[in-house]
Amino acid sequence: MRRIISVLLENEPGALSRVVGLFSQRNYNIETLTVAPTDDESLSRLTVTTTGSDKVIEQITKQLNKLIEVVKLVDLTEGSHIERELMLVKVKAVGSQRGEVSRTVDIFRGQIVDVNSTVYTVQVTGDSRKLDAFIKALPEGIVLEVVRSGVSGIARGEKVLSL
Amino acid sequence: MELLSGADMITHSLADQGVEYIYGYPGGAALHIYDALFRQDKVKHILVRHEQAAVHMADGYARATGKAGVVLVTSGPGATNTITGIATAFTDSIPMVVLCGQVPSTLIGEDAFQETDMMGVSRPVVKHNMAIKHPSEIPETIKKAFYIAESGRPGPVVIDIPKDMTAPNERFEYSYPKKVKLRSYSPPTRGHSGQIRKAAEMLLNAKRPVIYAGGGVIIGGGTQQLTDLVKRLNYPVTCTLMGLGAYPGTGEHSLGMLGMHGSYEANQAMHHSDLVVSIGARFDDRVTNGTDKFCPGARIVHVDIDPANISKTIKVDVPIVGPVDSVLTDLHAALDELAGTPDQEALSAWWEKIDGWRAFHGGRYDASTQDSIKPQHVIETLHKVTKGDAFVTSDVGQHQMFAAQYYKFNKPNRWINSGGLGTMGFGLPAAMGIKLTHPDEEVVCVTGEGSIQMNIQELSTCKQYDLPLKVLLLNNQALGMVKQWQDMNYESRHSHSYMDSLPDFTKLVESYGHVGMTVNKLDELESTLEKAFAMKDKLVFINVYVDPLEHVYPMQIAKGSMNDMWLNKTERT
Repeated sequence: MRRIISVLLENEPGALSRVVGLFSQRNYNIETLTVAPTDDESLSRLTVTTTGSDKVIEQITKQLNKLIEVVKLVDLTEGSHIERELMLVKVKAVGSQRGEVSRTVDIFRGQIVDVNSTVYTVQVTGDSRKLDAFIKALPEGIVLEVVRSGVSGIARGEKVLSL
Repeated sequence: MELLSGADMITHSLADQGVEYIYGYPGGAALHIYDALFRQDKVKHILVRHEQAAVHMADGYARATGKAGVVLVTSGPGATNTITGIATAFTDSIPMVVLCGQVPSTLIGEDAFQETDMMGVSRPVVKHNMAIKHPSEIPETIKKAFYIAESGRPGPVVIDIPKDMTAPNERFEYSYPKKVKLRSYSPPTRGHSGQIRKAAEMLLNAKRPVIYAGGGVIIGGGTQQLTDLVKRLNYPVTCTLMGLGAYPGTGEHSLGMLGMHGSYEANQAMHHSDLVVSIGARFDDRVTNGTDKFCPGARIVHVDIDPANISKTIKVDVPIVGPVDSVLTDLHAALDELAGTPDQEALSAWWEKIDGWRAFHGGRYDASTQDSIKPQHVIETLHKVTKGDAFVTSDVGQHQMFAAQYYKFNKPNRWINSGGLGTMGFGLPAAMGIKLTHPDEEVVCVTGEGSIQMNIQELSTCKQYDLPLKVLLLNNQALGMVKQWQDMNYESRHSHSYMDSLPDFTKLVESYGHVGMTVNKLDELESTLEKAFAMKDKLVFINVYVDPLEHVYPMQIAKGSMNDMWLNKTERT
């Protein structure tokens, strides 16, 4: 099953490599990975999406917790949560395609963030499935480049992951 | 406050930490630190002949005392040579602090001479590693390293020290912290009381219980509580390779070792039990055999300080995360409170069954032969001559298993071997680390002619520091365990398991300034060992030619259940 694990990590050199190293060392799978400092600059927030049986996910969270630089972590998929990913897509946009792409962008509540005579660059945010759906909805053969940020997530309601 | 250079801060910090000995080897990036060592006399440095041996020495010391061993090496090859030793300590949860020189911070990343990314190289085999970014960080970093290494589930910690951090002319205020706290690290201090109570109830309700004790009982200082538990309940106990000595090996409740080369009775009892209480053990693949067939009728209680060990390989019914000593103390209290007694009728039936397995002597060696020396008999003779009270280190292979099976360890911290990683070359330096700090104790390294040659250069270190330990070589003129597997699984095709052109060990050890003895005949064995152990101030290397055809039995049959075992070359359960 797909899981979103969110980690508060000491913002120190080498901490990220320890997390990534753990995944490869123990043969766990990383689908997406995002990491950035938080409002408390001594901490980074790292979000990893992974798949595995319940037993594997349990091991992943326990092994992550053993890393000295991991302060706290939560498996967001255990509760209700918000998941967001940002995607930038560069598409060919000439002639009638310009209108079609623009309509599709509107439907997905995206934005065209850069334009020239032959190309649109589109920004779409949402959960990963929405971004997949957007790509599928575009006319075939016009996608030139796709950049996805990887998943970030946060729990719904009052639940917070902080010190 | 004192103003000190980074190098002096290191020696002062070690002294303030109470470190008496460090083991190491100098080189360019560590020379400021070596100069600081020269200018003080609190911390004594032992110069080894290869950095791997420095780590095993520190490891032997740590296993015998429970305190972190300390290593000092230079950058590049000095650092990478420690990796096997660090991985050995990591796998067996041994506390250790390894100080590595590094090229100056200004050169890091430029492929400088003797530069290796030791932080990266060591990362998968350490509990933690830290790099010094400023000399003033040194005291706190060292304190943190000892705290992390020795607390919780112990393990090795590496500190990477760029040479400019130890420059003699740059001085900073020094004070060694009394305590450190890490917001992201808090090892458990007590087990969950509800879980402990549940375990106590299960213990009292069991009809066919087995207590399965691992190295965590020794590391966690729980041997007395374990012994009390076994005795108060009159329950059988089996120890892992790492746990030998956690309960007295000659004690009446002891089933001996369990697992791949465990005793017939221990593996039978495990398989037929209705309750397995695992204490400080991690259901290693060398214990469980086929995990899907593991102890089919048993409910399982698992006490471990590392939550990641819980249900990692075997699903457990009642996990208790906490230090072994406090959990066992609480377990005794819970048993007091419940005030029940186990079903005595069921228990005596269980003991009767166990006694039957014991009487079968499954997998024991044929002691009747007179024309060759059985390696098992050598270990029994060693036990006799040393009154079962020596510190015994071993390397890896058949000799290790024979020592584990036949030297009945009655005390903890006396059996020192690389159980998890299986590191050949471990035994001699580990014995040196013990002898150095336990000069009045008998320390013997049981080894094979393959393993001993992996760190034999340390005989020179033994001479320099006058370490009169004993080396007992079970010489079967082959890589015995490899050969055994080839006999059993590869139709006796002995691919590269022979050691041709072995040295004349007696001459070799004499050239290092020690005493060499050779035993060819069974009737010379005991007298030679007596003679060797009577030479209290000499390192004696005893080369015993043993039966080259002997295999280690019992041996679990791969992927089977606990009690699927070969008992000898032709018979199986």
